[in-house]
Formats: sequence, structure tokens, C-alpha cells
Amino acid sequence: MTTFRLNGREVTAKAPDDAPLLWTLRDEIGLTGTKFGCGIGQCGACTVHVNGEAVRACITPTSAVAGQAVTTIEGLGGSHPLQKAWIEAQAPQCGYCQSGQIMQAAALLKSKPQPSDADIDAAMTGNLCRCMAYLRIRRAIKLAAGQGAKA
Amino acid sequence: MNAPTDLSRRGFLVTVGAAGATFALSAPAGAAGSYAPTIWYTIDTSGNVVVHVIRAEMGQHVGTAIARIVAEELEADWSKVSFVHVDSDPKWGLMVTGGSWSVWQSYPLYSQAAAAGRITLVEAGARLLGGPPAQATARDGRVTLGGKSIGYGEIVARGDLSRRWSPEDLAKLQPKPATTRRLLGRPAPQRDIPGKVDGSAVYGLDAKVPGMIYARPRLPPTRYGAKVVSIDDREARKVPGFIRALAMDDPSGTVPGLVMVYAETFVAADRAAEALKVTWTPGPGAGVSEADLQARARALIADRSKGGLVVEDPGVDAAFSAARKTVERTYTTSTALHFQMEPVNALAFEKDGVFEIHTGNQWQSLVLPWLAQALGRKEETIVLRTHLLGGGFGRRLNGDYAVAAALASKAIGGKPVKVVWTRADDSRFDSPRSPSVQVVKAALDGGRIVAMQHDCCAGWPTQAMAPFFMPKGANDAPFDPFAINGANHWYSVGAHRVRAIGNDLANETFRPGWLRSVGPGFTNWAVESFMDEAAAEAGADPVAFRLAMLDASGRNAGSAPNAVGGARRQAAVLKRLATKAGWGQALPRNTGLGIATTFGQERDMPTWTGCAARVRVDPATGAVKVEKLTLVIDCGTVVNPDGALAQVEGAALWGLSLALHEGTAFENGQVKDVNLDTYTPLRMGDVPDVEVEFIPSAEAPVGLGEPATTVVGPAIGNAIYRAVGARVRDLPIRPAAVKAAIKA
Repeated sequence: MTTFRLNGREVTAKAPDDAPLLWTLRDEIGLTGTKFGCGIGQCGACTVHVNGEAVRACITPTSAVAGQAVTTIEGLGGSHPLQKAWIEAQAPQCGYCQSGQIMQAAALLKSKPQPSDADIDAAMTGNLCRCMAYLRIRRAIKLAAGQGAKA
Repeated sequence: MNAPTDLSRRGFLVTVGAAGATFALSAPAGAAGSYAPTIWYTIDTSGNVVVHVIRAEMGQHVGTAIARIVAEELEADWSKVSFVHVDSDPKWGLMVTGGSWSVWQSYPLYSQAAAAGRITLVEAGARLLGGPPAQATARDGRVTLGGKSIGYGEIVARGDLSRRWSPEDLAKLQPKPATTRRLLGRPAPQRDIPGKVDGSAVYGLDAKVPGMIYARPRLPPTRYGAKVVSIDDREARKVPGFIRALAMDDPSGTVPGLVMVYAETFVAADRAAEALKVTWTPGPGAGVSEADLQARARALIADRSKGGLVVEDPGVDAAFSAARKTVERTYTTSTALHFQMEPVNALAFEKDGVFEIHTGNQWQSLVLPWLAQALGRKEETIVLRTHLLGGGFGRRLNGDYAVAAALASKAIGGKPVKVVWTRADDSRFDSPRSPSVQVVKAALDGGRIVAMQHDCCAGWPTQAMAPFFMPKGANDAPFDPFAINGANHWYSVGAHRVRAIGNDLANETFRPGWLRSVGPGFTNWAVESFMDEAAAEAGADPVAFRLAMLDASGRNAGSAPNAVGGARRQAAVLKRLATKAGWGQALPRNTGLGIATTFGQERDMPTWTGCAARVRVDPATGAVKVEKLTLVIDCGTVVNPDGALAQVEGAALWGLSLALHEGTAFENGQVKDVNLDTYTPLRMGDVPDVEVEFIPSAEAPVGLGEPATTVVGPAIGNAIYRAVGARVRDLPIRPAAVKAAIKA
């Protein structure tokens, strides 16, 4: 049993302590916006925030978030500046990685509200987009950071 | 000489599509309170239009594209148009999403259906308004006559919409002239995108039903022929939530040798599968390596009795005998994985006498017969429920994972079970792009090619999964058109011979797949690298050398409806590309600009494509940095400019990724790279500038999902040569190979 705050609400999960947070979120709690991609923390599709930091839920044991604040894509609320920018830039293709991309970008903007190209590349390079929609993801981050639409 | 290839896709589509078309066009009017002149859409009494999309959504925003096609011809109010991705049903005819076919195939189908609806609504609307239909017009979901107008919803509620359209009548309807289009060619936000940014979009992996359990398959040591000898679940039973492990019995032979590990949760299934001990007797291919596959390909190429002659002009051998100069080169490509982000998965169960499979799939019409055989029941009692695809790229044309899930449910009495592959399982179970070997030869005279021969050997996906789809060559031998398209190019090269050879060892060892752009992804690596090499041998500029052969003569003149203008349009693309990319301008040291041009996927629906790659090479290490990709494309009518651009951007970066970042190898009958620790697709940090231009055109719209993938690899290879004089002939291009070629 692990109790933690999820998108501002207290939840208690029955999953074994060592079950990856990803599957606890998806299958037990029913928030399927967080995606399964590689299972080894290298694609970024499962990115969520724990106390505001981007973490890979697929390699985070459920017990590790006991008492912590977890935010998933559902917790961004739908009108986060990044979500609006993602729509404006028409960034997603298949969309499967985008929850993770947005969560990663949200953590970036929290620490660096005006990221340079190099900052964006460094922060986002752990997030694979197999559709290779990278140009638009980059543009969307800049839009959200108020830097205009330059690609 | 193109007759054999002409039979390939179009012939199949006509044959298989015909049955569906009959169903479609004889459909009755819609349910009470709605109007449905065909099965493709309905209009209700509030004027809401719902378009039935038979293509799968895998990132190409196909629903919006098809709905726009309907709205355009129907003169509908776009704000009242929505769409649904339909479940499998025989009435839809051929259900396939791939080959860059969706818009090309759907455009006539949906635009004619929409035109029929508009005409009927105008007639009925005019009667309600009390005037002659000839003077009535339709726009934005209303029919206007004189000073009066009436909405489509009201016409549906009150009008006489009894007019029926026969298939012949529909076929006669011409789309609106391009100059009167109001929606196509203009930007429109993709309707699928909001759900993809707030986590609400439902992919196959997200589908669930009450009472569902999970399973993870244990994969046999070989793709075919392995048999389960024993299952020891003593350790697996220690995993909380483990239910049982069962060997699957597959009468369809699609997924032989699987063991399914059932559990209450995916985590438990995953752990129990790890703990389970299974012994198999392997089938063929257990010891096969990448080198074995390549060696087999070389041996098959050397045997001139093998393969199908895709192009066989008279006089090839005579032209080579008489030639003053010949050039011959061998090109190879390595095995490549789909690595779609969502590992394959499917949920299956029986309910009310129907077997339901919930999954994302690109070719429902292909997998349904496999499912019927696997389950021992009629196709009519099986339905594929459609969900979003977390990437397709051709992987989900092959629905073998759906068969596995169906078997898993059947084995436990039809109870609901979601079968999920781990990433490593997905890679091992992939239908990868086969390694290929190609030998290209040309006779040169007067600075141009006067005869050409192209032999290509690779594993054949179509032989493995859709053998009914294989046309016969000039020598009456069948071949896989998808594995050779591209070699039958639009250059006028005198007597031309193209031979496609199936790599039997590949097809025995694994299940070759259709991977984004399929054959053109490797045939053009050969053709377009070779054109630069031949130009160098002829002492010619690579652009001028190509333009001289893109003369649109003979069979390269093109024809209606899809290839109007023929090679003339490819030449126009190349000229524009050369100007746009600054061909001929001086570049810094160790920097080179390389060009390549292709016709996209197939001669039946050419997408005229050109790419210039600017690369910088570090001679000390052989490392290649792609600085910029410039693409020029003529795809006929652009249905949605921003959607088209997105497809080209993604496809071009796929080409870059396949050229420099991907590639694996078979070892002991399995791919050796199964996850991102060693399989390394392009990441954001390596993305170059990408500039794309579409040639304005009102010709028939053709495909865009794949063409850009076909040009980038050879453009990079050619750029490396122009940067440092190193010619690389193997994909992916590794720094060590570049460094070695610099020294050579």
C-alpha cells in the first residue's frame, strides 16, 4: 500500500511496493495518459512529475512516491500553456509520446522559463518521438516560452 | 514494360475493393431522421455530418483529411462535420492504412459520395424552396435559391431524398474544379490533436473491459517451426497475481510456439513470464546471422535463374556487350526495426457470439482471415474494434499480435485478456525491414546511361503475409512489388532490366515486414547513390546527368489519372531543388551538398520527390553531421498544407534516422538490438534544419507518408562523397565506414 498525492488528490494504491509507478497509474488508478514505451527509462513516454521534477514512471517503484506529489498529463488540466502551444504548433502525429514530451517540457520551463535551443535539446533528448515530430515539439516549447514561432 | 508492376497495387485494390464497393453503393438510406446517400457519411436533421473513416489514425491525421474531402464536395459547414474511425465490417470493403494510399484511394471514393449527396440535397432543397434545382446552389451546409435558403438539416427533416445513386452514376461524378475549392488546400487544425495533448486519446494499450486479465507472451527461439516441449511454472507461481501459463495452439500458423503467461496485472504477467521456464525445439533459422543473410542474397543474385523480372526490355545484354564503358556497384542495407512507440498489444474476448479484438491495426482485411482460422470461426463473427495507433510505420499492417491475443482468450474460454508485449519482446517479435543486397550496373556512352540492370535481393514481406498480392514478372516468376518498387524508375536509360529476388533464408528465419517506404527505402539507396557514381564515371554533373534522363520519353511520359506529366514533373522538382538548395555554390571544407530524387512509392501513384542534404564530415573520425535537409515535392493536390508538411518533416527525419542512427543485425536467428540502450533512433539533438517546398499543382492527390523517407539516405551518401570524397555503399552509414572510405 502506497499513499501519495496524485494531481492534487490523495490516493492509496494497492500495488506491490516494487511495481513500477507507470502501471499503478495506468492499470490500478486508471490514468492512461501516461504511456508505456521502453520500460527502461530511455524513451520518456512515461514521464510524470514527482514534486515538480520529471521522472520516468516505468522505472520508479510505486513505494518511492509515498507521501510525494505526483502530477501526470491529466493533472496539467488541458489548458497549460504547453498544451495550448502543442495545439497551435500542431505538434503531435501519432501522439503516443506526447504526454511524456509535454511533462518533460513542463519541467524544463519550470526551471528555465526562457530556454535556449541547446537547453531544449539537452532537456528533450531523452524523449523519443518515433514520428520524428521534433521540429514542431521544439517550436511548441518556444511558443509556450513566449519566444514566438521560429522553428 | 511496366505491365507487371502495374498489376501490383492497383490491380489488387480493384480486385479486392470491388466487393466492398458493391456493398457500399447499394447501401440503404440512413436510419430514421438521417440521410446517408452512401455508407460513407450521414447527415442528421440538425445538419451534422458524420464521416465514416475506414483508415486507421497513426499520426497522419487521416480523419481530418478525409472529412475535409467530404465537406468540400458536399459543400458542408465544416464546423458541423465530424468523423469516426469505424470498426471492421465487410461493408467497408478493403480496410488498409499504408502504402501512402489513404488520401489517394479515399479521394475519389469520398468525393464522389459527397458530390452525390450535394446534388440530392440541392434538388430536394430547391423543391422545398419552390424553384428549379438548376438555379439553386449549395454552400456551407445550406441550399440557396433566389433570396431564400434552407439548411441541410431541415432538408433532411422535410425533403424528398429518395434519389438513389448507382455505382455507374457515382463513377461519373467529377470533383469540383480546383479553383472553386474552399477547404482543400487550406490549413485546418487537425481534429485528433487536442486529445493527444491532454492524455484523453485512447490507444490500443488503453482499451479495457470489466473483468479483463493480462498476459505477456513468451516468445519461441525461432519465428517459425518452434514447438513447446515443456513449461515449468514453479518459480512463476511465486509471483503474486500469476494465474497460469499455457502453450498456444495456432491453427493459422501465424504465431507458432507462443506460451502465454496470464496474471491479474501486467506487472505480475511480466514478472511471471521472466520466472517461467520454457523449453522449445527450435525451427529453422536458429543460427542465422546478418552475414548469413547477406551471403545468401549475394549467392541468389549470382544465379541468373532466380527472381522475377520486373522490367525486362529487349536488348539489355547486347547493349552491355557493345558498351564502351560499364559501371557496376553493390549496395547493402542492414536490418531495421519499426520501433513504434506503443509496443504491440491487443485485448480479445468473446461476447454474445462475437469475438472482439480491441487494438490498433493498419490492415484489418488481412488479419481477419488469420483470426478466423486461428479461432476456428467465421469472419462474420469477429470484429476488430478500432483504437488509435501509437505509431504504425507498417508494423501494424501485420496483425500477428491480434492473432496471439485471440488465441490467448480462446484458450481461457473467451474471457477478456489483454496481451502486452514488452519492448524487448516487441523488437524480437517485429517484422523488421529485411537486409538487402543490390547490384546495379550501367552501360555508359556519350555521357549518359544507355543500358541499366538492377538486381535486388531481400526478404519479402508480401510473400510472408499477402502472397495473393504478388504479380508475375516478364519471366512468369512472382515477385514482391513492395520490395522492388523504386528500381523501376522514371529515368530513360535505354534497355532496362530490373530483377527482384526473394531472400529465402530471410523469409525462413523471420517475418519480413513492410517498414515505412518499404522497398523504395532501400532500392533508392542503390539507384540514387548509383546515379551519382555513374555521373562521376561519365564526368558529368549529377544534377545535369539526371535531368538529361528525366526526359519523359516513352513509358516515362506519364498518364492520367495519377501520373500526368510523368518524368517531366520529376525533372521540375529536381530543377527547383537544385536552385533552392544552392547547388553548385562553394561550401566550407569537409562540407558537401548531395542530392537525390525519387518518385516516392510506386509508378502508379508517383509522388515526385527531391532532397538535398548538406553534411559536414569530420575526417578524423568519419562522423557525419547533417546540417540541413531541403526537400521539394510534387504530390498533386495538397489536401491540408500543414498536415502534408508534418508528414514530410517526419518522413524526412525517418530517412535521416535510418541512414545514420538505426540498423541492427541478426544474431542466432534474432535481432540483436531490442531496446533503446543499443537501438538508437534520431533524437532531438541531432535534428537538422529542414526546409520543405511543395510544387503547386491541381493534379490528383497522391501519397505523402513515405516518399520523403526514400530520398534522404542517398542524398546524405552523395553529400558525404562531395564533402570528403568517401563513397559509402552500406546503410546505415557508420563513422568507421566513412573513415575507411576516406582512406581508400
